[in-house]
Amino acid sequence: MSETVIKCESVYKIFGENAKKMLEESNGNVDAKTFQERGCIVGVNNASFEVAKGEMLVVMGLSGSGKSTLLRCISRLTDATGGKIFIEGQDLLELNNKELIELRRNKMGMVFQSFALLPHKTVVENIAFPLQIKGTNTEESISRAMEMVKLVGLDGRENYFPRELSGGQQQRVGIARSLAVEPDIWFLDEPFSALDPLIRKEMQDEFLRLQEKLQKTIMFITHDFDEALKLADRIAIMKDGIIEQLDTPANIVLNPATEYVRKFTEEVPREKVLIIEDVMDASSKDNLGDLKVSKDEIIENVAEKILTQEKLVGVVDSNNNIVGSIKPSKIIDTVFGGRKNGS
Amino acid sequence: MEYLKKYPKLFQWLFLLIVFFALCFAIDVPETYKFIRGQAEFVKDPNQSVYFFLGKEVRYYAFDVFWRLPPLLGWLPIWINDSLFFLMNEWMPMEFWNEDTQEFKTRPLLLEISRNLTSFMTFLIELIREILLGGLETIVAFTSWDFIDVYPWLELPGLPWTIVAAGAAILSYKLSGKGLALFAGLTMIYISIFGQWKPSMQTLSFILVAAPLSFIFGLGLGIAAYKSKRVEKALYPILLVMQTMPQYAVLVPALVLFGVGDHAAVIITMVVAVPPMILLTILGLRAIPPEVIEAGRMSGCTNWQLMFKVLIPTARRDILIGVNQVIMVCFSMAVISAFIGAKGLGFNLLLALNQLNIGLALEAGLCISLIAILLDKMSLAWANKQTDYFGNLTFFQRNKNVIFFGASFVIGIILAYVGTFIFKGSFNYLFEIPHNKGISTADFWNKGVDWIFDTFFVYIKAFNTWLIQDVLQPMRALYLRMPAVATLVLAVGAGYLIGGIRSALVVAALTLFIALSPWWDRALVTLYMATFGVVISCLIGFTVGTLCFQNKKSAAFMLGVCDIFQTFPSFVYLIPVMMLFGITDTSVLIAVIVYATIPATRYTIEGLRSVPVGLHEAATMSGVNKFQRLTKIEFPLAFPHMMLGLNQTIVFALFMVIIGAFIGTEDLGQYILKALSDKNGAGIGLTLGICVAFIGLIFDNLIRTWVGKRKKHLGID
Repeated sequence: MSETVIKCESVYKIFGENAKKMLEESNGNVDAKTFQERGCIVGVNNASFEVAKGEMLVVMGLSGSGKSTLLRCISRLTDATGGKIFIEGQDLLELNNKELIELRRNKMGMVFQSFALLPHKTVVENIAFPLQIKGTNTEESISRAMEMVKLVGLDGRENYFPRELSGGQQQRVGIARSLAVEPDIWFLDEPFSALDPLIRKEMQDEFLRLQEKLQKTIMFITHDFDEALKLADRIAIMKDGIIEQLDTPANIVLNPATEYVRKFTEEVPREKVLIIEDVMDASSKDNLGDLKVSKDEIIENVAEKILTQEKLVGVVDSNNNIVGSIKPSKIIDTVFGGRKNGS
Repeated sequence: MEYLKKYPKLFQWLFLLIVFFALCFAIDVPETYKFIRGQAEFVKDPNQSVYFFLGKEVRYYAFDVFWRLPPLLGWLPIWINDSLFFLMNEWMPMEFWNEDTQEFKTRPLLLEISRNLTSFMTFLIELIREILLGGLETIVAFTSWDFIDVYPWLELPGLPWTIVAAGAAILSYKLSGKGLALFAGLTMIYISIFGQWKPSMQTLSFILVAAPLSFIFGLGLGIAAYKSKRVEKALYPILLVMQTMPQYAVLVPALVLFGVGDHAAVIITMVVAVPPMILLTILGLRAIPPEVIEAGRMSGCTNWQLMFKVLIPTARRDILIGVNQVIMVCFSMAVISAFIGAKGLGFNLLLALNQLNIGLALEAGLCISLIAILLDKMSLAWANKQTDYFGNLTFFQRNKNVIFFGASFVIGIILAYVGTFIFKGSFNYLFEIPHNKGISTADFWNKGVDWIFDTFFVYIKAFNTWLIQDVLQPMRALYLRMPAVATLVLAVGAGYLIGGIRSALVVAALTLFIALSPWWDRALVTLYMATFGVVISCLIGFTVGTLCFQNKKSAAFMLGVCDIFQTFPSFVYLIPVMMLFGITDTSVLIAVIVYATIPATRYTIEGLRSVPVGLHEAATMSGVNKFQRLTKIEFPLAFPHMMLGLNQTIVFALFMVIIGAFIGTEDLGQYILKALSDKNGAGIGLTLGICVAFIGLIFDNLIRTWVGKRKKHLGID
């Protein structure tokens, strides 16, 4: 594990007048119902996790599950009611206003669901905005913003106003703006939810391409499980403010921790999520056929090849060492077998 | 019993009405009761009884308490007067340095503040006035009269009217386009040719000072209220009262604090114009999507940067609509403040009306209206204008408006210079056309009025007599016949049925204030005139609105007409009605009806328009015809919004009734007008103003509460 960038220790966010007092009285055992009876609404309930450098954590949950609240606690757009949050070892809740502004100006970038562009500024001015707020001089900030315009593929539209752009283009501006100050930590709050399905897919691919290049530490919020599977290194599934399960996509699909998580995974096409390593048999490395597949391949991509084989198929790692094997029938099992009885 | 369960509200209302009428019949009119002298007006009379209430002397005619409440608040105006006097002349004496005598002098703090404020305002107004018209005062303010004696050529020359006209046209072109530019140019030429240049520029200079100051204060207070709940709570009651306070009434205390003249008018205009600006600023800031604020925060904005680089630019449109409101209020006040000696078109208008020179009044009124429409359109165009990007334009394209203005400036000066040769010995018409030396159509209009009077006198008189004798007098008598207790019960009962105990208490407090003031009878007369106006206005407005709504084009046209009519300063409405009906109550009522029909019509069209398209389609698919759609779907859904229109109609009607006092009515307005010329009138004027504002607020509270509940019930917002 590389170094930890974001670290949360039992973070609570409770809305209401006596939230703080009630949290102290409850000793960390927060029951949403009893709190609601006393006029408090629980947003985030005992969230603890870490995000490593360069990792992408996707927080998935339906609306009202507290995922956006959690993100706002970590960006300190709202103050958490209880718990501790560390950003690169710095205690976020201890920062004063000035330090917080410094942190945001240099370390954090955020993308919003409704794009949140400034209507009176052009594309390039919007992107340069965080730089100008920081005090960068106009020439430098504009040339930096132009780089970002190219990065997100909006060249030629830099002098348009947000109202003249389509939703996808507006979100590109939002993305470029959040990246303008070269932040280490990147927050994305349902960035593609307001877009049409086709555009959404295009933006997801684009986003993956960007991340490959930039290697930011990312917290990504979505209500779309498919999106989470497609993008995430790890997924946190939230319900009623509680993180139900936090694991890799494969583990969530194979071993759902709760009934709630299982419901989500039921309809997921496994061959698209799982990689060979997840289903291979690491103990038997003998009697292999000619075909070898990489352990990092997604099943869907190699299934056809494997199914034509009669013998065991060897699984190799990146150095071409054999690490295990897979039976062709195992592929059929994985794709069709587990669905009805939940494996 | 079944009906009782089905319509509980209906029976509650019926019960309330029964109680009300029972009280009306149970309480007889006391024999000694006479209108006007029926209550104490601080005239000592042997028939009055004297009481002591909280150590204050209360005199009133000893009626049945149920009939008219004793004027326990009679001391309030006097107390306000005394307090004002104390604050101005005795409170916090301090030493101030006096420039002229070169020594310290002891003066009360408020007096000194008022003096400094006054001289500051006067300076600002003179500065702008002299840029437009020429003069010496500005230079004198920086130097001295002696200095001017030595260098007499220092006098500011004033801009030739051609330059101002060109400037207005170019600015309009930049903001909106050719149409408005043409209108601006023609307006300016009209003003100049008809010899109204000087008063128009005086009015304009007044507005150019009052509007920006109101804007700055309104924006500042609006921001403060947005930032702090406490400030908002403190401002809220003031904003509420100022919305329904007749503009007349604020003039009176201003007289005491700031004296007579343009400067007092500017200050009082600010008092009236700032509240709508505050409201719109708050509205605009509240409407900003929270994500935009978060985006600003995440960009690392400090609070200051967030406000001025993110929030205000994003709320730009609402804030500029506020500017538009401010300008409109300024125009309205530009006329009314002629009562306290502000120069300009308003003063001419007032003078002409006083002399019954309708023609002259019409010309001045037309000028004000034209300038008002022009500035209204310009500020709205500004609000709706999107910022342009200048990145790829050439220097000429970027600055063409400035260049054009520069060119017209030079041409204007050359023209004015040439003019001195053409018009030798007479006035230089290319520089400035003096007042009343232009073309005048006053005679034509006056003859027209005479002709109307000669020709239609019989009919107008017959109509007048019929209206007054058969409609107005009985209605007035009915209103005055209401015992105070019955009225109270009706108001409080209505409050309770509509909004529960809270509304009932608010309404009770407001009504009690009026009932305990010495002007209950007058308030009833005001109410009767307003009621008459509102009923007719609503009948006309709802009908016209519904008819116009049937067709998209006519609806848009009607809204445009409403816009233009709303731009006219309220006082202007009195001119045409005086032309036709002379100085009678009928004139006032017709002005009230015309003025109050505007919001009734507008809100009807807007309400009907706001019915969702989906519902229309659903209705059409269920096979309703046009009439069924109107009665079953559009009216029920639009009704809450139409009720808000009724609310506005009441406020407009009250305003006009009070202004109508200028023609001569017997209501509260007449007393406000009286207070204007009374040296101790401040307290009376203010109290009367509050009374009128409270009448408006009673209806405001009831209607808004009802609308809020109804909208919730219908699930629309």
